[in-house]
Formats: sequence, C-alpha cells, structure tokens
Amino acid sequence: MKYIDEYRDAAQARRLAAAIADVTTRQWTLMEVCGGQTHAIVKFGIDALLPPQINLLHGPGCPVCVTPVSLIDKAVALAGHPDVILTSFGDMMRVPGTTGDLFSAKAAGGDVRMVYSPLDAVQIAADNPHKQIVFFAVGFETTAPANAMAVYQAAQRGLHNFSLLVSHVLVPPAIETILSSPDNRVQGFLAAGHVCAVVGYEEYEPLAARYRVPFVVTGFEPLDILHGVYMCVKQLEEGRAEVENQYARCVRREGNMPARRLVDDVFTVVSRQWRGIGHIAGSGLALRPAYADFDAERRFGLAAETVEQVGACISGLILQGIRKPAQCPAFGRECTPERPLGATMVSSEGACAAYYRYRRLETQEES
Amino acid sequence: MTTDFTLTCPIPLSDYPNVTLAHGGGGRLMHNLIDKLFAATFARQAVGAQHDGAVFTASAGRMAFTTDSYVVQPIFFPGGDIGTLAVNGTVNDLAMCGARPLYLSVGLILEEGLPMQSLWRIAQSIASAADAAGVQVITGDTKVVDKGKGDGIFINTAGVGVLTHDLNISPLAVRPDDAVILSGDIGRHGIAIMAAREGLSFESTIESDCAPLADSVLALLDAGIDVHCLRDLTRGGLASALVEIASAGGVQVAVDEAIIPVNEDVRGACEILGLDPLYVANEGRYVAFVPPHQAQAACAIMGDSACIIGHVQSGAGRVVMRSVIGADRLIDMLSGEQLPRIC
Repeated sequence: MKYIDEYRDAAQARRLAAAIADVTTRQWTLMEVCGGQTHAIVKFGIDALLPPQINLLHGPGCPVCVTPVSLIDKAVALAGHPDVILTSFGDMMRVPGTTGDLFSAKAAGGDVRMVYSPLDAVQIAADNPHKQIVFFAVGFETTAPANAMAVYQAAQRGLHNFSLLVSHVLVPPAIETILSSPDNRVQGFLAAGHVCAVVGYEEYEPLAARYRVPFVVTGFEPLDILHGVYMCVKQLEEGRAEVENQYARCVRREGNMPARRLVDDVFTVVSRQWRGIGHIAGSGLALRPAYADFDAERRFGLAAETVEQVGACISGLILQGIRKPAQCPAFGRECTPERPLGATMVSSEGACAAYYRYRRLETQEES
Repeated sequence: MTTDFTLTCPIPLSDYPNVTLAHGGGGRLMHNLIDKLFAATFARQAVGAQHDGAVFTASAGRMAFTTDSYVVQPIFFPGGDIGTLAVNGTVNDLAMCGARPLYLSVGLILEEGLPMQSLWRIAQSIASAADAAGVQVITGDTKVVDKGKGDGIFINTAGVGVLTHDLNISPLAVRPDDAVILSGDIGRHGIAIMAAREGLSFESTIESDCAPLADSVLALLDAGIDVHCLRDLTRGGLASALVEIASAGGVQVAVDEAIIPVNEDVRGACEILGLDPLYVANEGRYVAFVPPHQAQAACAIMGDSACIIGHVQSGAGRVVMRSVIGADRLIDMLSGEQLPRIC
C-alpha cells in the first residue's frame, strides 16, 4: 500500500537499526509520548531491533489512559440520563470508572453510540432535536481541531441540544512535569508527530533549552520510529539538545495554522487532572465562555469530583517512565485487559495493555 | 448456482407488506406464509416442510452435527446477507470437521414489522446458498416477536454432515513441522459489515468473503492430503483461530506477517480505523494444518490465493509472528471486540 509499505521495509529497518548501533557508545534512555508510537513499537517489535544500550520508555501519550476516573463517571452518569444520547470514540467504551464503563451503561439501557468523528455527533443532534447529544471529547492536541469544529458547526447550525464533555489534555506540560521530577530518567524525547502536525513544535524549543534534552518530532511507522531514535541518539552522542523534525512530510514548525486558530477560538487553556499523575497546571483545554452553552458539565450540573484510583496500580510511575509494565507486581496477574486495575491497562494504546497483548510470555519469563 | 427462483414475493404485498404477529400465531396466516414463501422456495429441498420434523436415511459411519445463530446487522451487506451467512456459516463448521454437509434446519425469529420483501429476499438467499453448498434445507421453524424485541430477523441453522474418511481432524492432531495454509486474503467480511453499519465509504465497495468451504475441504481429503486440523476464520479473525489451535494442541505456531494476504482496501480501512486485520472477521476463509511434504499440493488444491503462512514448532501453546520488519512478537487473543482508536 502506497505511503505505508515504504515505511515498513524490512531491509531499510535493518539498515537503520545498524546505523543506530553504530552511533551508540553508551546507555541512553528515550521516551515516546504517543500511544500510537507505543503501539507500533510493540506491535512491530521495533525495540527488539535496537542495541541493548537504548532503553525506550513509554510516556503519558494515551488520551484514554490519562482521562480521569471522575470524567468517565460523568460520562457514565450522562449515559444513564433518559434524554441523553452519549456519543464517544470506540476506545473510551471499555474504560472503567468507579461503577462501570460505557458498555455497561449501554447494557443498562443508556443510549450510547460509538462515532468515528465528532461531526457525526453533531449530525445525530440535528437528527434528534428532542434529545440531548453529548460528545465525550477526549484527546490531545490531535483531536482538538475536530472537536472545536463540532462545537463551531453546532453553533453555526443553532443546535442547542449538542454539548461536549471535555477532557482535553496537552503534551508539553506533561513533558515538563516528567523533566522536572527528581526521579526523571529520560534523556531524550520522541515527540508525537500527529500532535505536532496540529500545533507545530515551537513549544518544545524552550523545553529543550531549559532541560538540555533533545526532541525529535517522530512519525508512527516503523522506519519513522527507528529514524527518530537514530536522530535522538545522534544528538545525545554529539552533546546537542535541539528540536529536530523527522516527520517533515506531515509537520511544519508552526503546525496547521487554520486548525490552531479554530482550537484557540473555541477552547482556552486550563489546569487538568491526569489519571495516575494528578493535577498539572495549564495542561488541558476547556470551552471558552463564548461557547459555555456547549459545555455538558455546565448544562447537566456535573461539578462534583470523585476520588481518584488508589491501590496496587503503579500506572502513574509507568506514565512518567519511572517503571516498565513488567516491573509491576500486579501486571498480568491481578491486572489484565479483562480486569484492569488502572489507566495503562485499559486502552490498546496504554503501555501495559500493549505489553500484555504483544509480549505477555516474555514479560512473565523476565519477571 | 441455481438461479431459477421467482423474483417476486408470492405473499400479496397489498395484504401484508410487513410481517405481523399473526404470521407466527399458528393460524391460517402462518400456514399461508409457510406454503407460499418457504415451501415454494425450498420446494426441491424441504422434505419435512409439512410435518413436525424431517425423516431421512443416515449412512453408516461417523457423522458431524453443528448449530449456529446469526444476528448480523445490517441484514443485507455487500457480498451477501443474513441468509447466505446462515447457510455458509453452518456448512463451514461441518466442513471444518472434515464432513460433507448434507442437511440443514433453519429457525427464523422475525421481528414484527419486517418487510415481507426482505423476508422473501433472505429466503431466496438461503435457497441459493444451500444449492451452491450442496445441502438441503429439510426442516424449519418461524416465530414472530413484538416490534422492538428483535433486530429485524435472527436465524439459527443446524447442520448434519457425513465423514467419509477416518482422519481425526483436531488441534490434538497437529504435529511439529506441519505447514499452516491460509485459503485466501483476510478481513473482508468484518470490514464490509463495519462499513455498511457505520456508513463508512471507501474508494471501492469492500465485499464480504462469505462463501461455502466444503468443496475446498473435500477436495483436500479426496486428494489424500493427511489433514491434521482445519479451522474457519470467523469472529476474532485469523489470530484467534491460530491461538485456539496452538493452545488446544499444545504447540507453538510460527507465522510470517509479510506473507498473510490482505486486500488493499481492507488494509486501508484498517489503517484508518486503527484495527488489526489479523483480528477482523471472515466468513469464507480457513486455515489447514498439513504435513510439510504435502503442503504445496494442499496449497494448490485450496486455490490461487491460498498460501503457506507458517509452520508448527514444538513448545508452549502460543503463536509467534515475524513482523513485516523482521522482529518476532506474540499473538494473543483479544479480550473483546476490536474498537476503533481515537488517534
């Protein structure tokens, strides 16, 4: 398939892996901050091609994993409302809240619909004028433009029965939280290509300078990731800490200006709770006052926070790269995709779920 | 395939354009439906239509018996409908036992309000698919449920087949070094259904692979291939079928991702939706485990698109796949349905 097969070529992958081995003279710890990259690394076995000195950590890049339990509880509560059609992306359906997930809410009689685009939810609102349609707006900068467009279109079309349950988070503040932690082990980052396709990579430049760490904006195919690792290791070996762009076929320094303008028009930056990590200042998006009518929390009076998870789960440490999934005593035992104890086991992009799915026996043998 | 069926529904549409509760009530309307719609459709086949059951003569020796229920939505999709699925699914389960499918029962649960024309089309599909697969529909049942208590139509079929060989086709018969042969490209049924259900459109229409597999399997057996195990790929896809066999047989199955054929449109749809074609449903594909020296011959019999995707190794009951970039990873069964990813 064009634009796919070129980036999955086995011979090229071996050449890049050899080039990485050639430039590597010591131990380096890198982190990718995108669930799509984590998924690709374990699915294609990319880490198996790397020299043993390169340690890949999987950062807080899965929007499903970092969505706080309180927001999922709110979505489940809304789904139980007889006038509400709760719409969501597919992979939010199975994420457990305090009392259950959206699949359970659907089984209990709630009208829960999986959509492929927030604009589909806007159309459901137009088609069901006597119902309240709520879209569960989860994601990083990548999904923000489409969610902003949904609100913008609903406003243009005068659809007063449409609202967003917003749980948007932003990558750079999370990276800064990791870098400023005394436990930080990360020496270089693979920045998420799709996030940067929207917002560009100017924001990473002060982080690279302040913390003296290289950033490489990286794509999602095996050769992209190997190339990103190569560029990052090369910077580290040469003592550089710059922001470089491996994913130039999709990403410009300034990002996608029309998308950024739309996001800026609809959303404003706020503090957000991250599941497993806690509050991070300036790390999320909320609807601007001009669009407050489209805020589901306001419309349905959902203000109360519920208690965040406690117990055996160490997903906070995993999301920050301090531990790997197999180092958790509950991994693959009390905690499985069928009965997840925490954030990183619930979504297919979560590091624990990806490890469980693709390498379960190896990790059991290791531990 | 027989094409001499009547194209118009014999129940006067002006009288009953939709199924009513009375059509399942045991009275004149139900008998009218059976006589005009089902008996007419299955005239060549339905030896037990006017009786409580079908009586047939069984051959001596081993037989296979299976049942399956069909609840697909939408009921009509590119490449087939619930009727073709209900015949082929059960025929294929018999074929995977190494049996020649002979007879089917068809149980219909209809939702009040189902268009009579739809029921007619489905009955025609059942008849055509049965003809194509060489099986007879010899008994059946119809029930009607209140509107809102069904999903248009549910079908249950049960099937009987006869084994004319003495092989024990099962995961326990799989041996180290056996070749794993896949009968064709994977994932078309699942993507066709998802596209139809969700209104997704791609550059060309992806059609379900729904097809009977008995002829292909019987050709293998007739050619003297020492078939060790067969499995049709349905829900859960190729990955789940291989994991089930590896686990039940206590062997390691090693496959090569680069060899597994996936249609370009299916691959594109999977890339867009974040799905892995290994786990997407099929309705007309199977894997055969055969001794290595018979692999090429078996592959030739299974058709042009069949290919040897891997082999069996001794070891733990698991599946290992060499990825397209040459790294090995484990293939596991999914905990539930695959869900499209956010980004």
